Amino acid sequence: MSLFPTIFLRLLTTLITLFGVAVIIFVIIRVVPGNPIAMMLPPGATDADIQRLQALYGFDKSILEQFLIWISDVVRGDFGTSISLRQPVLNLVLERLPATLELSIIALILAVAIGLTLAITGTRLRGSRFESLIDMTNGIALSLPDFLWALLLILLFGVLWPLFHISGRISPALDLPFTSQFYLFESLLRLRLDLSLDLLSHMFMPALAMAIPLAAIIGQLLKQSLKETMHLDYVTLSRTKGYSENHVIIREALPNAILPTLTLIGVQFTFLIGGTVIIERLFSYEGLGNMAIDAVINRDLPLIQGIVILFALIFTLVNLIVDMSYALLNPRLRHA
Amino acid sequence: MMKPFLSIKNLTVSLKSSKEPLLRSVSLDLAAGNVLGLVGESGAGKSMIGKAILGILPQAVEITAGEIWLNDQELLRKPAKERRKFIGASTALIPQDPLTALNPSRRIGPQITERLVDILDWKKDAALARALELLNEVQIPDPERVMHSYPHEISGGMRQRILIASAFAANPKLIIADEPTTALDVTVQKQILHLIADLQARHQTSLLFVTHDLGVVSKVCQHLSVLYAGKVIEASEIRDFFKNPKHPYSRALLAATPKYNDPASSLTPVPEEVIAEVEAEIFAPRTECSHVN
Repeated sequence: MSLFPTIFLRLLTTLITLFGVAVIIFVIIRVVPGNPIAMMLPPGATDADIQRLQALYGFDKSILEQFLIWISDVVRGDFGTSISLRQPVLNLVLERLPATLELSIIALILAVAIGLTLAITGTRLRGSRFESLIDMTNGIALSLPDFLWALLLILLFGVLWPLFHISGRISPALDLPFTSQFYLFESLLRLRLDLSLDLLSHMFMPALAMAIPLAAIIGQLLKQSLKETMHLDYVTLSRTKGYSENHVIIREALPNAILPTLTLIGVQFTFLIGGTVIIERLFSYEGLGNMAIDAVINRDLPLIQGIVILFALIFTLVNLIVDMSYALLNPRLRHA
Repeated sequence: MMKPFLSIKNLTVSLKSSKEPLLRSVSLDLAAGNVLGLVGESGAGKSMIGKAILGILPQAVEITAGEIWLNDQELLRKPAKERRKFIGASTALIPQDPLTALNPSRRIGPQITERLVDILDWKKDAALARALELLNEVQIPDPERVMHSYPHEISGGMRQRILIASAFAANPKLIIADEPTTALDVTVQKQILHLIADLQARHQTSLLFVTHDLGVVSKVCQHLSVLYAGKVIEASEIRDFFKNPKHPYSRALLAATPKYNDPASSLTPVPEEVIAEVEAEIFAPRTECSHVN
């Protein structure tokens, strides 16, 4: 298989990208105004106290020196200690990561499901007056950003018609048997469907808020390429064989039409993960994004660095996975 | 002529938007096991007839009048689902462009066997055996390997052979060949033509052969219908047609066959009288308007 050298090369470029991200984030959060030490000390602390604390955290050294110390620790797997939470950054970040991953994946599943439904329904209805109804739905979904959808959903299904939980990750009253932080995954494995349902009920609205704009983009692009594919000869030929419209769309047209959408989903999924920062805040969901905001507010430099590096790693890995699945779905690329 | 297997009566197909007819009251008959050539220049509506039979007309057009009888069953009055299954089970299409008629993301094998399994309820291994048999019949070397290949791994001529095999696989009563050699290399054209004629004779399939090439028609067809501007202007037996074409347009069409020793002479225009005859009808509404003004 010629895939392995490609993957190796991609992993190598991923490392270079991560290094670049590390440099940029390290410099930027030290150059912008705001001092982590000032956040820690009570008003009226003496200069001597400030000096002492700065030396303790190494902020008295030059940025280059600080960077070299930090990066050599990182290479050994030590991302430093959070200033505000006084715990190792790596532990904190890894503890929150599963919550964000689960939320993002549920959001992605929702987005793909809604987007596919919109695109396929739109293709079925093409030429009829209901097609514009689908386009309108797409337009409305696209016209609001995820955090506004979040507020709208909170208002609708949290306040006016309280169907779902609007804050947190799981109901505090529940007894948690979990050994990992992947609550949803673990509850499904343990067949504790009551817990899964509670988790999903908490995740549903934040995930939906993130999913709606992405679903609209997927729906729009996929419908466009489906409509183009429906004119192709092999689709027509399949019709003459006696197959139904649904079969023709899903089995013949979709596998070919979905390729551009797949690339788009990859790119947009990284945006979606970025969106968790605000969405998790709005729904008090204890994930990485929520922690990122706290870290910024507290000027917790080591924690910010750790979170940003982790986000960058996720982004590049998602892109790698998308590229690989592209090759798997398109036989013409497989041997190229 | 025996009782026709395919019979089209006064078929009119029009644009949905402007109601302008693309086929004007077309009638034709095709006896079981015979080959009918359908000739005419580009835009005459040749392919439209095949599409109307198969139920794959473009969305912008619709059938506004007429009947299509296939094996004593009227297609247009059948409910959509039943018609689809009936057409899938009794007819097949040999498409024009073999490069675009196979799904690029699926292997060849299932694209041949799917109709047998899904529509005609064959057993999987029976369908597989049948596909291999047909691939052998169309002289595909190493059919097992081809069944596992993707279309982009196969040449254009081979793909047309595969499509022909796929068309004959289900033992259809009627095959519609829509300019099956137009997209091919000249050297391959002849082989493919022989192949289609050969398979048609062996399987005794009725064949509707759509083409703009009179040379092709003379080789494979027993009857032919000439289309001009959506009308059948002449329908006759092949020998009569070449010996004694009745319609002036047919004569012009015959005269337009390229002659290698005198290429310029083949550039015959459509006779004035034909334009007058057919176009008087097409443009009649406008002519009336001009009279009013």
